[in-house]
Amino acid sequence: MGRYFVKRVLSTIPLLLVISILIFAFIHLIPGDPVRKMLPKEATQEEYEQLKEELGFNDPLPIQYINYMKDLFRGDFGESYKSGLPISEIFPARLQATLALTLWGIVWSVILGTLIGIVSAVKRGKVLDYVGMVIATSGISVPSFWLGLMLIQIFSVQLGWLPTGQLDSWKGYILPSITMGCSIMGTLARYSRSSMLETMQEDYVRTARAKGQRESLVVLRHAFRNSLVQVVTVVGLQIGGLLAGSVLVETVFSIPGLGRLMVDSINFRDYKVIQALLMFFALEYIVINLIVDLLYGVLNPKIRYD
Amino acid sequence: MTEQVLLDVRDLRTEFKTGRKQSVTAVNGVSFQVRSGEIVGLVGESGCGKSVTSLSIMQLFRNTNGKVTGGEVFLKGKNLLTCSEKEMRAIRGKEISMIFQEPMSSLNPSMRIDAQLIEAIRLHTDLDKKAARAHALDMLGRVGIANPEMVLRSFPHQLSGGMSQRVMIAMAMCCDPTVLIADEPTTALDVTIQAQILQLMRKIRAENDTGILLITHDLGVVAEMCSRVIVMYAGRIVEEAPVEELFACPKHPYTQGLIASVPKLGSGVTSLPSIPGSVPDLSMMPEGCKFAPRCSKACDRCHKEEPALFDLGGDRKSRCWLHESEQVKSTKKEAAV
Repeated sequence: MGRYFVKRVLSTIPLLLVISILIFAFIHLIPGDPVRKMLPKEATQEEYEQLKEELGFNDPLPIQYINYMKDLFRGDFGESYKSGLPISEIFPARLQATLALTLWGIVWSVILGTLIGIVSAVKRGKVLDYVGMVIATSGISVPSFWLGLMLIQIFSVQLGWLPTGQLDSWKGYILPSITMGCSIMGTLARYSRSSMLETMQEDYVRTARAKGQRESLVVLRHAFRNSLVQVVTVVGLQIGGLLAGSVLVETVFSIPGLGRLMVDSINFRDYKVIQALLMFFALEYIVINLIVDLLYGVLNPKIRYD
Repeated sequence: MTEQVLLDVRDLRTEFKTGRKQSVTAVNGVSFQVRSGEIVGLVGESGCGKSVTSLSIMQLFRNTNGKVTGGEVFLKGKNLLTCSEKEMRAIRGKEISMIFQEPMSSLNPSMRIDAQLIEAIRLHTDLDKKAARAHALDMLGRVGIANPEMVLRSFPHQLSGGMSQRVMIAMAMCCDPTVLIADEPTTALDVTIQAQILQLMRKIRAENDTGILLITHDLGVVAEMCSRVIVMYAGRIVEEAPVEELFACPKHPYTQGLIASVPKLGSGVTSLPSIPGSVPDLSMMPEGCKFAPRCSKACDRCHKEEPALFDLGGDRKSRCWLHESEQVKSTKKEAAV
């Protein structure tokens, strides 16, 4: 497993290089000119040319890319065109907000989703199954911006129980993380249900019953453990999407996170920030995939990493 | 050896729901006994209700549409069908154990062998983990595994089919059950391994006086292992006989067909006879004798009336109108004696 891990980590280097080229190329395909946006309306053509030269936009794209990568290897992500602040200063606070939201969203939704899945599978065709699947389907189909607005309307505006999005206390995390986790909860409930239904039919589950094991342990120790592989796959894919897709929730709850930063940067054609964000999201996907792959080995001893 | 009746199945009936109000009867009025130290063979084609009979005895119908709807199953005088689920749990693995057809898929792939054996042992004993592991090690040695310590630390996928079946047998035997139900235990194995596993089962029976119900469709296995044979067809018992008599002189046309379709060495036969047609669909059972549509000896009566399982005396029974008269004679004979 150790060798496999090292191999996987090393293989991310060329992958990240390719991704960086793609990101760089696509960003420069976005119509619009960051230099114009940075300058006041009344700026002269000379001022424009001067700034353009300063920022290096007159160089051919490959040169720009190489310069960018040089800076990157020195740990310099560049500065935001909009605020003028170094990206390494803007990033941490934003990341913290998004990460906290995402983690809370994942924790509750994974626990509840899996639980609904197990109960629905065990009580297949019974009332609890239907209730579980109604909750799951609603979780998937309700758009998160609408759910967020509804939650604010009910719990903040009318009942006044919870704040609308200040993250200064734990209460502030409740509504946004509910909004964030809802679709994961639903997806996971459906996946873990079908995965459980499959494993419950396996011969070894029958063996466990024939041993005289009680049903709750048959379900948890023998069926659930083996159905986890599929569940982990889904969780991995969803987490990746969550971090990058926090835009809606952050907008609805006015939380200064990475999602909001992304939208603002795109609007301002803040190339450096967009590049840094996209690279970060790509890296995050790679890391999560690696974790999922390693978890497979733990969950299914048949998988060998060599 | 005193032959105590361990398992006494009477008029067992098991149904599977196929729709809101529809159901099919997979096991219909099955009665038989298994005595201590006896290996009883339960034979028949796929789908004749052999496995369902074993699952009915163990009541392992959770997550299926199956349900035992009639009859009694006595284990040493106790009716299992009136037991609560909790009582049944104490019986499964302790009083009656089971081994299955596919040893590789019958072991939990994500648990090491020791964990699975220790679980089985600790469910029915007060042994602590260490003592249970020692017992597991001992059991693996007894089922003929050469390096039990290594097998204990293995995952199921690291074992061969024969090894897995030995582990399954060790697991089934670890609490000294009175009855062992072996559901096609050698079907998935190579012939050489098959012989070893059968040998092992004979050894277990000799050592522990266990009653074994051996479910199989392999008449060779039956001839080698069993003292008594029960032949099932379409959820019913069609013939029951001591093994030598069954092979020497099968009564029921179905049994005759089965035995005729087994190749014999040196017989010089180039083509094997087979029974025409196939087992009837449970939802479309023919009227009268269920075997009549495939039977070369069927008469009008066979298509209209279903025969009872006639007791022909001397542990022989047959569900065929041809033997109705024999039943009368044998009863008469007994009466005269």
